Amino acid sequence: MTKTERRILVVDDEPVITLAVQRVCAEEGLRVDTAGSAAEGFALLEKRAYGLIISDIMMAGVDGFDLLLRVASQGIATPVVMVTGFSTVENAVRSMASGAVDFIPKPFTVEELIAVVRRGLRHGELMAKARAAERSHPARPVFTPCPRGCRRLGTMSWVRPDAEGTALAGLCDPFCKTVAGLRRLELAPAGGEVVQGGRFATVVAVDSLAHGAMAPVSGRILEVNARAEARPALVEEDPYGQGWLYRVLPSEPGRELERLISCSSGL
Amino acid sequence: MQKIGPRLTAAVAAKALLTISVFAYFNIRGERESLLAEAERHANQLSEVVKADTEYDMMLNHRDRIRESIRRVGSQQGIQRIRVMNKAGAVIYSSDPAEVGTTIDKNAESCYRCHSAGSPIERLDRKDRTRVFRPQPASPRLLGIINPIYNAPPCWSAACHAHPKKQVVLGVLDVSLSLADIDRNIRKGEAAIIVFAVTAILALSVVIGFFVRRWVSRPVRELLKATREVAGGNLGYTIQEQGDDELGALALSFNAMTQKLAEARLQLFQSDKLASLGRLAAGVAHEINNPLTAVLTYSSFLSKRSQDQPRMQEDLKVIVRETIRCRDIVKSLLDFARQSVPRKGEADLNEVVRRAASVIENQLSLGHVKLALELDPDLPKATVDANQLQQVFVNLMVNAADAIGPAGGGITVTTSAASLPPAGITQIKKAVCPKRHSLIDDKVRIDGKSALRLKARSSGQESFVFLNPTYGVRDRRHGLPEAADGRLQYACPECSTSLTAAGAACPECGSAAYEFEVPGKGLVEGCGRRDCGWQRWPEVDGSGRRQYVEVKVRDTGCGIPKELLPKLFEPFSSTKGQKGTGLGLAVTWGIIDNHEGTIAVESEVGAGTTFVVRIPVRI
Repeated sequence: MTKTERRILVVDDEPVITLAVQRVCAEEGLRVDTAGSAAEGFALLEKRAYGLIISDIMMAGVDGFDLLLRVASQGIATPVVMVTGFSTVENAVRSMASGAVDFIPKPFTVEELIAVVRRGLRHGELMAKARAAERSHPARPVFTPCPRGCRRLGTMSWVRPDAEGTALAGLCDPFCKTVAGLRRLELAPAGGEVVQGGRFATVVAVDSLAHGAMAPVSGRILEVNARAEARPALVEEDPYGQGWLYRVLPSEPGRELERLISCSSGL
Repeated sequence: MQKIGPRLTAAVAAKALLTISVFAYFNIRGERESLLAEAERHANQLSEVVKADTEYDMMLNHRDRIRESIRRVGSQQGIQRIRVMNKAGAVIYSSDPAEVGTTIDKNAESCYRCHSAGSPIERLDRKDRTRVFRPQPASPRLLGIINPIYNAPPCWSAACHAHPKKQVVLGVLDVSLSLADIDRNIRKGEAAIIVFAVTAILALSVVIGFFVRRWVSRPVRELLKATREVAGGNLGYTIQEQGDDELGALALSFNAMTQKLAEARLQLFQSDKLASLGRLAAGVAHEINNPLTAVLTYSSFLSKRSQDQPRMQEDLKVIVRETIRCRDIVKSLLDFARQSVPRKGEADLNEVVRRAASVIENQLSLGHVKLALELDPDLPKATVDANQLQQVFVNLMVNAADAIGPAGGGITVTTSAASLPPAGITQIKKAVCPKRHSLIDDKVRIDGKSALRLKARSSGQESFVFLNPTYGVRDRRHGLPEAADGRLQYACPECSTSLTAAGAACPECGSAAYEFEVPGKGLVEGCGRRDCGWQRWPEVDGSGRRQYVEVKVRDTGCGIPKELLPKLFEPFSSTKGQKGTGLGLAVTWGIIDNHEGTIAVESEVGAGTTFVVRIPVRI
């Protein structure tokens, strides 16, 4: 890991936020550059490469979504984590659909921030590895590809509707791999409900950090995969098969599935 | 503006005038003709009598007797004149002696008929022998009849040799009768018919006018007034009962329309209120979350770095915990505005109540309020969002303390387990027609819950019916006017597919039943009759009684007036004036609803209020 990749860019128009993130990340041994606007952020992005970008959504002028699209269109491989004080389901889903690696609502605790930062950095590293592997050993991809028939919320969670109107849902391989070793899964009970963009599952890593995953679809939980709950490693081994988490009865499948990315290619 | 009543009356009167005039015209003409024909017959008979009477005397040439006979007959009343003329036109005998010996011009009215066409005509019909004329323009009409005297064998064979054998017509008997009496009778008949016609038309106009006024003008005027009232914004205006004709039906549907308009306006207002609440919540969330982020990161950061100072770390943990609670409150405000679902886990509600109590204990003791917790040690754990429920109990206790006021009092929080049947508790949150259209209307709320909306048909009328979404609660709101038949046919408001259950009938009253599907939870059936509220939901009934945790918050405060109770859980219905935002109980209701729980309130002004919260142990 090079030094430039341990550097983080924080974009927020509230100085108290950038400063707080800087203090926490410094403690983690990370270098943090701060920008008070998206324009300032772009200027910094041109000067050097970053391991992770943390950007607020609601900023005057160019907002976080514009920043996200520009990063993607310029071919910058740096993962982006979206942050907002206006944490709606729509914002969460839109962030993930636009290519963000994660979305955290304000306010967040130090632990939540550190979990997201570590996962984001790891995501960048693994993606770089995957690109290199694609060139050298195309037959052995770094990530298990998301199978046809599934639809995914960013690189976080997937859903696979079946003919009976129910759907299986689980965690995407990139999400599992960026968590530093799955130790425990905290799942919602059967009979409960999940909301697209809302809390889906909490993954506790071996370093005790809890990573929240967002649900790919809204609906009632019909069944929880007890085998995966009992042995979380199953999710890491076969994330799109045996490692499914819930069988749900989607409440608004048509509109919601359209927002997701079709798993016909890649990741 | 032309009025419809007088117009209708005038049209009917004109029609009557035309009919009666035509009738009168033909009636008068017929009467005149028959009277004249009778007079003609009478004159003919008279002339034949005179001819027969004088025939013998003529044979014997008794001229004096003939003259006397004609004079006598001619002096009878109604007979104007009788005369006999010879072939040359000389008057030989006449009831008017002055005329005897004069010669009449062949072109005179009595001769014209035979002598107009060159050589004289010798035989004529009776009709052609009669004539109606006036000797002077001012004199009454006369009817004249000529009767030719033909040659006969005794006339040329007699001893006097008076007439040659070759002559066909010897002379003419001319009788004139006065028509004065008949004309008087005709005039009398005419006058009677005109009087009848005018009277009939006037009477008809009055009768038609009365009914038009009663059946048309008055209802139309009332409708016009009502539309003006409604156009002026008075949606509460209703038209009085107007009978069972089309205008009466129009009035009823007008009333139903204004009622629906009023409801729609109210809903618009309500949804506008909720939309403003959503915008407010979003704005507050965004503004508060930035400073909260700083508080939370710095306090958790400090807490991490102060592991060697346990006392300081304890204090910092309180800051972190309470900031997280702030975060959850802001989030629940947003969730409420968007009706989102809570984050649930298994929790001991006794513990949640204790935590809520510890948050406000200081505040209560300052206000001389004694807080007593009566917690059931065997309370089952429930699947809940502990933070949200803590907020609910804090909220209810703060409300209780506010109700108690400065004089002091007591709050008792009781927890217990309860086992309740599904009817009256379970809310129907999703319902679809056979074509999968949702029957839930978020804009209409009954007891704070989104109502079920069905289309009801009854004797040709259509309207929406709103059902209380709580299963088994007999409460429905109708758009149909009261006059409608009690038996209703239900249909989907989107696609009009009938919801009438095939073959099923209400076991209480036997009316046809409706049914709809609750996705994933089977069919719900209900009675279609207006005043019967029977419902059956086999899937839920089959699951039997459900376990609930019941939490009662009782205070000895001022109580809530009865009229405020129905709106208690609606946003911005605060009774605390400047002290409250009016959101507390609305948020509370939203949280409990998201747990599929119920909240009820009992209150007596001056004695206190009890809120009863029931949360199902398992969802």
